[in-house]
Amino acid sequence: MLWVEIGISFVKIALVLFVVLTLVAYLTLAERRISAFIQDRLGPNRVGPFGILQPLADGVKFIFKEDIIPDRANKPFYVMAPALSLVTAIVALAVIPIGKGFNTTLFGLLEDPFYVKLQIADVNAGLLFVLAITSLSVYGVVLGGWSSNSKYSLLGGLRAAAQMISYELSLGLSILGVILLAGSLRLNDIVEAQQKIWFAIPQALGFLVFMVSSFAETNRLPFDLPEAEPEIVAGYHTEYSSMKFAMFFMAEYTHMIVASALMVCLFLGGWYPLPFGGWFGIDIERYWYLPPIVFIGKVFFLLFLFIWVRWTIPRFRYDQVMKLGWKVLFPLGVLNIIVTSAVMVFVYK
Amino acid sequence: MESVLFYIFAAASVAGALLVVFHKNPIASALSLVLTLFSTAVLFIFLLAHFVAAIQILVYAGAIMVLFMFTVMFLNIREESLKFDAQNLPVKLGVLLLILFIFGYFASIGFKKSFSLNHAASLPESFGTVEGVGEVLFKDYLLPFELTSVLIVVAILGVVAIAKRGTD
Repeated sequence: MLWVEIGISFVKIALVLFVVLTLVAYLTLAERRISAFIQDRLGPNRVGPFGILQPLADGVKFIFKEDIIPDRANKPFYVMAPALSLVTAIVALAVIPIGKGFNTTLFGLLEDPFYVKLQIADVNAGLLFVLAITSLSVYGVVLGGWSSNSKYSLLGGLRAAAQMISYELSLGLSILGVILLAGSLRLNDIVEAQQKIWFAIPQALGFLVFMVSSFAETNRLPFDLPEAEPEIVAGYHTEYSSMKFAMFFMAEYTHMIVASALMVCLFLGGWYPLPFGGWFGIDIERYWYLPPIVFIGKVFFLLFLFIWVRWTIPRFRYDQVMKLGWKVLFPLGVLNIIVTSAVMVFVYK
Repeated sequence: MESVLFYIFAAASVAGALLVVFHKNPIASALSLVLTLFSTAVLFIFLLAHFVAAIQILVYAGAIMVLFMFTVMFLNIREESLKFDAQNLPVKLGVLLLILFIFGYFASIGFKKSFSLNHAASLPESFGTVEGVGEVLFKDYLLPFELTSVLIVVAILGVVAIAKRGTD
């Protein structure tokens, strides 16, 4: 039984890796196509029908590009930085539950049915695990910026570190309201607690703070100051080329997926299809494949939102970013906790 | 399998700790400390303390060490400024020998006692979970916990006051 467990875990990990990395590749295509649509252009549509083989062509090109390591760069850290940022982005997906689970006998190979959870690891402090791992992603960016031995990279790395530390606070504060309502840090419990009503409705303020902070944490526009082209070329990955640059790129898109999945889990009801009423009597133990479809659909919508916002809203100035983080979002997060806990204590007891 | 993993991460944490002290590059030292903190967090998981492990990474590796790196990068300390000075060499060697002696003493104790990693049976159900730690923290140790947080607030206010004094 132990070997079955280990085997199924390996299959799950391989599946998540495959799906996420493919999704990342296609997100780059989606980004380019949607940006073209927003700017009234065509976008890449030559490689394969509708350009769907474009990511493959990009990947091959990245691999065959010359890999340049700048003179007097700190080589070990220079090589380590992109790997570090990609790994920390992917590992955070380990505790995201996309559905409940199902019983299987592996096509009659096992005597007793085995319950497969649709989640790699069901950790008691799952939410904290995600926060802890994503908080490590600063290192990749900072190290990449520092080890390149270039002033633009260093400035980009410093900006990234300052921005990510600042917004991590409001991110954590906005989650506390959800934890108060759900009474647990297990992501499964948090989703279950939203059966009656999605937390986006009673926690509207927290949702807003969380969304803005996660845009800042993923270094996406309007918060992409660490790589603002007009000021510091490409920020922390100015000196990177070839597959190392691609890894930074993949890390950014993986962060988008993690942020979207987390938003779905915490505020948008996880695998519950509508804001009210749960599953309306559909037996999801039997139709176990319905929750993952709903969950992934919501993640796709949020990914589209990320791209949509990027091509709609202009970039902030750096002092505006810091002011927004510390003087607007942070107090709003504190206010949200005070109001939520007051309501919990005095109204619901 | 558990003991194999235990030895890997225990060795990693000791190696990281040694590198913190012996590496010449300050950034490398800071990163080695992150390695040590991370490996220690894994050891906490072996002790079934998942909550403590997550907090360890979140607070120390994710917040405090990032600030350290930030400072080191801002000051841009060169390796030359950290050269070893030969003054008081006998004293330094003496201290090193003393540390090695103490380390050897504890190591010999550690090797004599055999320990098992599976003591889950004797623990309560909620051990190491968020609920378990919360119960202990807010019932049995409420006063020390609150006093510590007051102490931290005082420290933060003190830092702000000292930093402000230079600019006015």
